Amino acid sequence: MEIQLQYYLVVSCFMLACGIFGFFVRRNTLAMLIAVELMLNAADINFAAFNRYLFNDALEGHFFTLFGIAIAAAETAVAVAIMINLYRNLNSIQTKDIEDMKH
Amino acid sequence: MEITLQNVVFAIVAAAMMLCSFLTVTTKNILRSVTYLLFTLLGTAVFYFMLDYTFLGAAQIIVYVGGVVVLFVFSILLTRSDKNLNARLQPSKILSAAIAALVGAGVFLWCMLTHNFASQVAPTGEELDMKVIGQTLLGADKYQYLLPFEAVSVLLLACLIGGVLIARKR
Amino acid sequence: MEYTLFIMLLPVLMFLFLGLAGHKLKPTLAGLLGTCSLGVVTILSYFTAWTYFTAPRNAEGAYGAITVFNFQWLHFTQNLHIDLGILLDPISVMMLVVISTVSFMVHIYSMGYMHGEKGFQRYYAYLSLFTFSMLGLVVATNIFQMYLFWELVGVSSYLLIGFYYTKASAVSASKKAFIVTRFADLGFLVGILVFGYYVDSFNFQIVGASTAFHIGVVSDAARVMIPVALGLMFIGGAGKSAMFPLHIWLPDAMEGPTPVSALIHAATMVVAGVYLVARLFPLFIEFAPNVLHLIAYVGVFTAFFAAAIACVQTDIKRVLAFSTISQIAFMMVAVGVCTSVNPHQGGLGYMASMFHLFTHAMFKACLFLGAGSIIHAVHSNEMSQMGGLRKYMPITHATFLICCLAIAGIPPFSGFFSKDEILTACLEFSPVVYWMMSIIAGMTAFYMFRLYYGIFWGKEAEHEHAPHEAPANMTLPLIILAGITVGAGFIPFGQFVSANGESYLIHLDSSVATISFCIATVSILLATLIYRKPQQPIADALGRKFADLHRAAYHRFYIDEVYQFVTHKIIFGCISKPIAWFDRHVVDGFFNFLAWSSQESSWSIRGFQSGRVQQYASAFFWGIIILLSVLLYVFFGGVCA
Repeated sequence: MEIQLQYYLVVSCFMLACGIFGFFVRRNTLAMLIAVELMLNAADINFAAFNRYLFNDALEGHFFTLFGIAIAAAETAVAVAIMINLYRNLNSIQTKDIEDMKH
Repeated sequence: MEITLQNVVFAIVAAAMMLCSFLTVTTKNILRSVTYLLFTLLGTAVFYFMLDYTFLGAAQIIVYVGGVVVLFVFSILLTRSDKNLNARLQPSKILSAAIAALVGAGVFLWCMLTHNFASQVAPTGEELDMKVIGQTLLGADKYQYLLPFEAVSVLLLACLIGGVLIARKR
Repeated sequence: MEYTLFIMLLPVLMFLFLGLAGHKLKPTLAGLLGTCSLGVVTILSYFTAWTYFTAPRNAEGAYGAITVFNFQWLHFTQNLHIDLGILLDPISVMMLVVISTVSFMVHIYSMGYMHGEKGFQRYYAYLSLFTFSMLGLVVATNIFQMYLFWELVGVSSYLLIGFYYTKASAVSASKKAFIVTRFADLGFLVGILVFGYYVDSFNFQIVGASTAFHIGVVSDAARVMIPVALGLMFIGGAGKSAMFPLHIWLPDAMEGPTPVSALIHAATMVVAGVYLVARLFPLFIEFAPNVLHLIAYVGVFTAFFAAAIACVQTDIKRVLAFSTISQIAFMMVAVGVCTSVNPHQGGLGYMASMFHLFTHAMFKACLFLGAGSIIHAVHSNEMSQMGGLRKYMPITHATFLICCLAIAGIPPFSGFFSKDEILTACLEFSPVVYWMMSIIAGMTAFYMFRLYYGIFWGKEAEHEHAPHEAPANMTLPLIILAGITVGAGFIPFGQFVSANGESYLIHLDSSVATISFCIATVSILLATLIYRKPQQPIADALGRKFADLHRAAYHRFYIDEVYQFVTHKIIFGCISKPIAWFDRHVVDGFFNFLAWSSQESSWSIRGFQSGRVQQYASAFFWGIIILLSVLLYVFFGGVCA
C-alpha cells in the first residue's frame, strides 16, 4: 500500500494543532517560540508533500520549504535576541510580565 | 494489501512525531520541551527523506536541529529564572486553547480530506539531483530562484544585524 | 419738530454718562448734571406742547398726529415691522409735559432728600434711565416700541425700588414688582402678537390714534380675535397700573426712596396702563366695547378695595400707595365707561381720564414729596411717630393740605374738576357705577384727611430732636406742584384732549358737582370729628367693634397670602416639583445613562488592549477560522463531510 498524501497532511495538521495549542497555553515566551517552530514545520511538510505528490515535475514546493526553513531560522534568531533583551530588562520572560507598555 | 518497510517506517515516524509534538506543548519543563521539539524536527527530516527530498532533509537537520534547537537551548539557559516554575495554569485557559486547536484542526482536516486531490499516489521517487537543485536555486530563468535566494540572503543579513543590535550589551 | 429727539436723547445720554463715569464725579455735581439735563428736557417738552397746541388744527377740527420720525427696525413681513420713532398727538404731548415736570421736580427734590446717601450718582443715573424709558413709552409710534419701553420702565422701576440693595425687604419688593409686572406683560405680548396677526400692522398711525381713523376691511375671524387681543393687552396694562389682582407689588414698592415713589409709583409709570388703554381707545370702542366695560368694572372694584385698605393703614407711604391704586382705578373706570368716541355722547370719560391723570400726577407727586419731607424730619414712616407736625413744618403742611383738598375733590382745586368729569361720565353710563364711585370718592376724602390729621394734628410723638422743616431744594418742588394743583383745574382740557380730537368746552354738571362736593365735605367733617383730637374714642370703638374687618383690611385682605399659597403649594408643589424631578431624573438621567453606558462599554472592551500576546493571537486565529469557514461555505458549500 502506498503512503497516501492524506497521511502526511494528517500528521502536519496534528503538528499544527499542537503548535496552536502550545502558543495559546504557554507562559514562557520561549516556549511560545517553540510552538511557532512546530507550526512552521507543519507548513513545510505540507509544501513538500504537495510538491512531491501533485507537482512532481516542478520544484516550487521544495524551494518554498527551503526558504521557509531559512527564514524561520532567521526569525528565531531575532526573536531570541529580543527575549534576551527582555530578560535583561525585566529579569523575566513570562508573558504576564510583558503586558504593560513601556513607561 | 502489502505492508512495505516504508509503510512501517512511516507509521512509526509519524506516530513518534505526533507524540513528540504533543509532548512539546504539554510538558512543564522547558528543556524537555526543546528536546521533544528536536525529535519532532528530526521526524520532519525523515519525512523529507521519505519524500526523496534529500537535500531538504539535510538542510532541515543542519539548520533546524543543528542551529535553531541549539539556539533555543542557549537562550533558555541564559534566561533561566526561578519564576518560571510558579503560578498554576488556569483550566479555563487550557480548555479554550484546546478548543481553538481542535476547531482549527477540524477545519483544516475537513478541508484536506474532502478534497479530491489529483493524485493520491507518489510517483516513483527519483532522487532529486543536486545539480538540478543548484541550477534552479541560482538560475535566473523562469521557474528559477535566484531572486528569492538573494532576497533571503538580504533578509539573513538584516536578521543578523538586527539580532546583534538587539541583544548587545548597553 | 426734530428737536423732540433731544427730549429722548438727553436722558439716555445722561444715564450712560452717570452710570459709567458717575462714581468718579462728586455727588453734587452728578446731581446737578442730572437735574440740569432734565430741566432742558422740561423746557423742550413745554416748547413742543406750545408748538403743537398752537399749530392750526387739521381738516376734521382735531389736532393731527405728527410722526416726527419713524425708523423701521425689524421686518417680519411686508406690513409687520417693529419701528422706533416719535409720535406726537394730544395725549402723548400731554404726557410729555407731565412726565418731564414731575421728573424735574423729583430731580430737584432728590438733591436734598438723597443728600449724603451712598450711591447718589447711581440714583441719578437710574432716574435718567427711567425718564428716558417713560418718555419713549408715551411717544411710541408702534405698539412694539411701546412694549420695549414698557419693559425698560419695568427695569428702571426694579433698579430704583431695589436702590437700597442691602436691605432684604427692598430687594424682595423690587423682585416682586418686576415679576408681577413681567407676568402681566406676558399677556401684553401675547395680545400684541395676536393683534398683529389679525390686523397685520403694529403701527399706531394705522392701528389707532386719538383722532378718527379706520383700520380698513377686517375679516370675521379678526372681529372675534381683536377683543381677545385687546383684553390680553389690558392685562399688561393692569399689571403696570396695579389693578386688582395684580396690585400686590405697589404697596411693597414703597421700599424705594420716597422721590422714586413720587415719580414712578404715583405719577408716571403706574399710569402707563391707563395711557395704553387711551392709546388704543378707538379700537376698544369699535371692536371691543365689552372689554372696555369689563375694564370699568375691574376699576370700580379695585378702587373700592384699595380705598378700604387705605382707611386702616398706619404707614404714611402705604396709605398714599393704596390711594394711588384707587385713583388709577378711577382713571380706568373713566375710560372704561365710554361708549363712543364722541365726547358729547358717551365719550366724555376719555377726556376725564386724561384730565385726572394730569391733575393726579401733580398732586400725588406733591403728596409723596411732602411725605418724604415728613419722613426726613421724623426718620420714620409710621404715623405713630408723627403728630402735631404743623407747628414745625409750615410749608410742608400747607402744600400737603392743598393736595389733600384736591384729592378729596374740593373746589377750586384741580382734583375737584377732574373727578367731577369722571363722575359725570359714570352717570352717563350707569347710575350704579356713579353711586359706587361717589362713595369711593367719599372714602378717599375720609382716609386722606385721616392721614392729614394723623400727621399734622393729634398727639405729638417723642423725638430725639425737634422735627424741622425741609431744606429749600425740597420745599421748592412742593410749592411748585401745589401751585400747579391749584391752577390746573382751570385748564380747558377739553380743548386739547378728547376722544375724537374735537375741542369742546368742559361744563360742569351742577347736580353732579353739588353731590360730590357734599359727599366730600361730609367725609372731611367725619374724619375731622374722629381723628383731629389726640384722643380718638370713636376710632377705637369702631376698631373694637369691627376688629376682624379691621385686621383683614390692615393685612390688605390677605391677597398676598393667597398668592403665596398658590405659588408655593400649587405652582411649586404640583407643577414645579414634578417638572424638576423629571428634569433631574429623566432628562439628566438619560444623559447620565448615556455617559454611564459609554463608560461601561469602554470598560468592557478595554480588555481588547490587554497587552497579552496570546490573546491577540487567539483573536487573530479565530478570525482566520471564521473567514475560512465562510469562504469554504461560500465556495464549496453544501459539501459536508
